Amino acid sequence: MSASIVIFYILAAVILGGGILAVTAKKIFRSAIYLLFSLMGIAGLYFYLNYEFIAAVQIVVYIGGIVVLIIFSIFLTHASGKDMEKPKLMSVIVSALAVVFACAIVISLINNYSFFATTNTAIEPTVKNIGRQMLSTTEHGFILPFEVVSMLLLAALIGSIVIALKPKTEA
Amino acid sequence: MNEIGLTHILFLSAILFFIGVYGFLTRRNMVTMLMSIELILNSVNINFVAFNKYLHAGKLDGTFFTIFIITIAAAEAAVAIAIIIHLYRSSKSIDVNDADLMKF
Repeated sequence: MSASIVIFYILAAVILGGGILAVTAKKIFRSAIYLLFSLMGIAGLYFYLNYEFIAAVQIVVYIGGIVVLIIFSIFLTHASGKDMEKPKLMSVIVSALAVVFACAIVISLINNYSFFATTNTAIEPTVKNIGRQMLSTTEHGFILPFEVVSMLLLAALIGSIVIALKPKTEA
Repeated sequence: MNEIGLTHILFLSAILFFIGVYGFLTRRNMVTMLMSIELILNSVNINFVAFNKYLHAGKLDGTFFTIFIITIAAAEAAVAIAIIIHLYRSSKSIDVNDADLMKF
């Protein structure tokens, strides 16, 4: 057992434990905090794979953005100390069976499949390489999806403000 | 089991995906369903990064897919939470079974 293997299993335990607790916790606020731990474990996994930029984006956007947004929406819509309504026993049994069988099928498929790696020279996923290719207008550049996604973000911003506006009370 | 390879990471992301699916099927509360969707999207991101690292190291396409998925997930979460807050104002509940305003 080298240190790398131990670190991977610790990260996997944090990710999966956080995920399971996030979908089964009784109180909604705790559920959000367990989700935070799971997302942090995933950021750690990206660091483990040497994708530092993706890990930083994961921390900034997911942990700093989406989880905070979810916690705000919990405070706006819930009495967050109360227990949530329990799911029906039948629905828990049926979904757990479906999920376990589907998971078993996928895992056995992955186990029996042999992957072939490319022999091309590796490109390091550094910020420099990512940035150059992201904004390049040549054949393998990603400038068009970059611009499209910026329009999507603007539309989502304006749309969510319009949807969440308080309707005017008619005088 | 001597070296952490692609299959280990694929197992991890498959299990995380199905944890998200389980949460989506059992929870009846919109905020927790949104959290399950975030788990599912994250497992997809892990897959993209792992395939990029282990199978297609000569390209950066998996990295870009991950970045765009994270961006779109942020936009989706913002719009979904705006809808949930609006729904809470009109019906005082965010249970999916109570959201039948558009039922004909």
